[in-house]
Amino acid sequence: MSENRGVLVFSEEYDLMLEMIGKGREIAKELQTELAVALVGSNVQKKASELIKYGADKVFLVDNPALERFQAERYLSVLHNLAVDYKPDILLIGSTKNGKALAARLATRLETGCIPDCTRLSVDKKGRLIGERITYGGNAIARVTFRSRPQIVTIPAKVFEKLEPRDRNGEITKLDVKIEDPQTEIVETKPLETSSRNIEEAEIVVSCGRGLEKKDDKILLERLAEILNAQVGNTRPLAEDRKWFTEWVGLSGHKVKPKLYIACGLSGIIQHVAGIRDSKIIVAINSDPEAPIFEVADYGVVGDLYDILPALTEALRKQLS
Amino acid sequence: MENAKKDRRTLCGHLRLNCLKICRYFISKRPFVIIVHQDKIFIGNNYNFAFPSPLAQNQKEVADLKTIIVCLKQAVDVSQLKIDPTTGQLLTASAPKKISDFDKNALEEAIRIKERIGAAEIYTVTVSSEDAKPVLREALAIGADKAYLVNDQSLQNVDTWATAYVLAETIKKIGKFDLILCGETSLDSFSGLVGSRLAELLNLPQINSARKISIENGNVTAERTLESAYETLKSKMPALITVTREINQPRIPSLMMIMKASRKEIVTWTTTDLNIQKEKIDEKVEVTEVLAPKTKRKKIMITGENTEEIAGKLAKALIQEGIIRR
Ligand SMILES: Cc1cc2nc3c(=O)[nH]c(=O)nc-3n(C[C@H](O)[C@H](O)[C@H](O)COP(=O)(O)OP(=O)(O)OC[C@H]3O[C@@H](n4cnc5c(N)ncnc54)[C@H](O)[C@@H]3O)c2cc1C
Repeated sequence: MSENRGVLVFSEEYDLMLEMIGKGREIAKELQTELAVALVGSNVQKKASELIKYGADKVFLVDNPALERFQAERYLSVLHNLAVDYKPDILLIGSTKNGKALAARLATRLETGCIPDCTRLSVDKKGRLIGERITYGGNAIARVTFRSRPQIVTIPAKVFEKLEPRDRNGEITKLDVKIEDPQTEIVETKPLETSSRNIEEAEIVVSCGRGLEKKDDKILLERLAEILNAQVGNTRPLAEDRKWFTEWVGLSGHKVKPKLYIACGLSGIIQHVAGIRDSKIIVAINSDPEAPIFEVADYGVVGDLYDILPALTEALRKQLS
Repeated sequence: MENAKKDRRTLCGHLRLNCLKICRYFISKRPFVIIVHQDKIFIGNNYNFAFPSPLAQNQKEVADLKTIIVCLKQAVDVSQLKIDPTTGQLLTASAPKKISDFDKNALEEAIRIKERIGAAEIYTVTVSSEDAKPVLREALAIGADKAYLVNDQSLQNVDTWATAYVLAETIKKIGKFDLILCGETSLDSFSGLVGSRLAELLNLPQINSARKISIENGNVTAERTLESAYETLKSKMPALITVTREINQPRIPSLMMIMKASRKEIVTWTTTDLNIQKEKIDEKVEVTEVLAPKTKRKKIMITGENTEEIAGKLAKALIQEGIIRR
């Protein structure tokens, strides 16, 4: 038996942290243990009581001007200290790019395992955490469990839901932690022009692939999106090869779970599909009747997107008015 | 005064190195002058020859970058994976293998750095329970100078901890390096942990998911795209950087390069050669099941006489789903 107890949640992204608290509560209840949150940053103490409302039993508050921006070694030393002193059995860390690097380095420092990007979490009979994650380029789901402690998993945004806030009892502990000096220096940061989160939160997404001949033709999707109040997305080659856009939907891009996903002129290669699998309804418009996208679609239309999209926009305009 | 003497000696050495070029010039024209100006040496009345001064290089790092290590995974080619029609099991064992795409980008980036700066040696490091030599030949053809393969049966089913641990021990045995490049994740397992774990084990500064890298004055600068911001980070070398697929378009080796690669060396070690104790690479996590993802979709094909009819039917179906509000 290990002496580790409790669940500890951390992310530098506040919303993601709330989502993980939602899931963490469930796990803590099952294991009859407590749920703690690491609130790390500069000038963040005012958020501590809110975290309790969202489900935390304990908040470890590490508030220090040196933690204003995420710098790997600084945050790593804080989390490492907490893991050593508080000895959690389970650590849930937000799967942002920074969060993943943090989780990997923390797991290494603690000589323990890490299961990244879990889309499902459960506890087995022995009280071990089981994480499910997409592997083999979207061809499979692997179930992975631990042989070491603490058990560290990372969780992407929008996988779990935050709880409704309510008045609860909890404990806030302010900690003074020795913070390591960073080994990298931030030369510049600037916000992304397009908020990448928009598409992940959208209720309807209209997406295109290499079937789109010119960048400007995206207007066809935008017209449809306007009527549906949707966000517009695309496949990776339009960003990587054609350099028309900087982001894409899929396994290595944004994972979406809208109520409706309309896929136009994209083949439905597994890496793209891995990012849209949780959509409620998928519509495929493709000129090739053999395109794999039809295998994962609820509604399929074999046809040219240059004909179908304007016609669909028009039909919806009529039927909705 | 002492310094000036030393500088003169360095310069003379450098000129001797370039003497072939200078001799050719002698034969054709004289008299000539040698001018040392800022970071360049000019020779000839009209500045006919110019090469970077070694004095300038001392300040500029350039010559300091001697070894780049690239970590290469031999991964399952996920685009060629088949599913057993009777059991529904994924046939991973029989699937073809290749260099993980992201690692190929890392290798390409190393080569581009070498081409810009010159002088650097590129070593690849691979940890595998299989004989990955055919895949490593490709890396050598693309432009690596030497490949290291750690290959033994104890490396079957290793997790990210063990992979990083063996990589770290291998790199320690290789010795000095200035930069380690890895793919940000791997094509088949898609974990994205090994680079960061390796940095931690070697106590190196680390930048992950770089989509642009530049090197100057002993520092490496990398640009990356985070969830809600662009960030440029700078670090002293040695450092470890993981790269995205956007960073470059890997080259395809020519026949000449492939032939040249057959003369390059592949060093093969076992965990025993590296003095790795078995307990050190015990699994920390264990894969209990690999399932094919289930999709239950309606798969209704909408047909009609003409585009208008089809579009009308589709619009109606979507409205009936209750997703689109009237
Ligand atoms: C490790 C890895 C990760 C990856 N991650 C992602 C990812 O996250 N997201 C992603 O999207 N990709 C990803 N990819 C790339 C992926 O494998 C595919 O290459 C890509 O999704 C294909 O894009 P596409 O469907 O636009 O292009 P294609 O596969 O070329 O498909 C174009 C489709 O358009 C149809 N078409 C052409 N003209 C018309 C027309 N006029 N009207 C209607 N249909 C038309 C064609 O029939 C065809 O089916 C990844 C690849 C790797 C190796």
